[in-house]
Amino acid sequence: MLRINRATYDAIVAHAREDHPDEACGVVAGPEGTDRPERVVPMLNAARSPTFYEFDTADLLKLYRDLDDRDEWPVVVYHSHTATEAYPSRTDIGYASGPAADPRTHYVLVSTRHHGSQTGLAGDEVEFRSYRIVDGEVSEEDVEILETHLFGHSPTTVVYD
Amino acid sequence: MAIEVRIPTILRTHTGGNKTVEGSGDTLAALIDDLDGKHSGLKNRLVTEEGKLHRFVNVYVNDEDVRFTGALDTQVKDGDSVTILPAVAGGC
Repeated sequence: MLRINRATYDAIVAHAREDHPDEACGVVAGPEGTDRPERVVPMLNAARSPTFYEFDTADLLKLYRDLDDRDEWPVVVYHSHTATEAYPSRTDIGYASGPAADPRTHYVLVSTRHHGSQTGLAGDEVEFRSYRIVDGEVSEEDVEILETHLFGHSPTTVVYD
Repeated sequence: MAIEVRIPTILRTHTGGNKTVEGSGDTLAALIDDLDGKHSGLKNRLVTEEGKLHRFVNVYVNDEDVRFTGALDTQVKDGDSVTILPAVAGGC
């Protein structure tokens, strides 16, 4: 289960819309060792491509140094698919199963293939789904969106199956 | 003085949970061999059976990605800082 604030969710979706038709990518950092995605860090897609994304190697080093200074780690790694469904591709699975990739990472996939210009408009169907990827095995998980601005309000759960 | 090596979270199972370890060697390959002697299993995670650096792993000596400086043959020396990170990429 991925629990994510509405503001964080919206920031990821906005980034995906903005970079469409190229793939957008980034991380959501949180305190190291926790499962709390708190700080969205949009990254540049060094491939600038509608079919591939890649963190630039120098940007990656800078990102991890910054996370380290803050005692954070990437709780979520997100990217968008702009013409296909929000499901990890073979390439996505390969990288996520790499020997230095942490299996505790949540991989969020956003698809902008049927997106509108902003949230809430008729016909807007941005898909937002989350996965664990361990040794080549993909398992989808529920996404719980926490409506942080409404105290006492029960969270909205979006379940794709 | 030694070479400081930063270990990514998932590989800290090989280093007793330590974020950084120290090693020595003249090249990255020698450094990895030295580390593997103290932290068994580390080499297998970083180097393929063909003896190449794993393509889903990024290794930096100071600020340089070793892909551009000779990969495992990259020269290292005391006082250098080596960082190991997971490459982050994918595609539809």
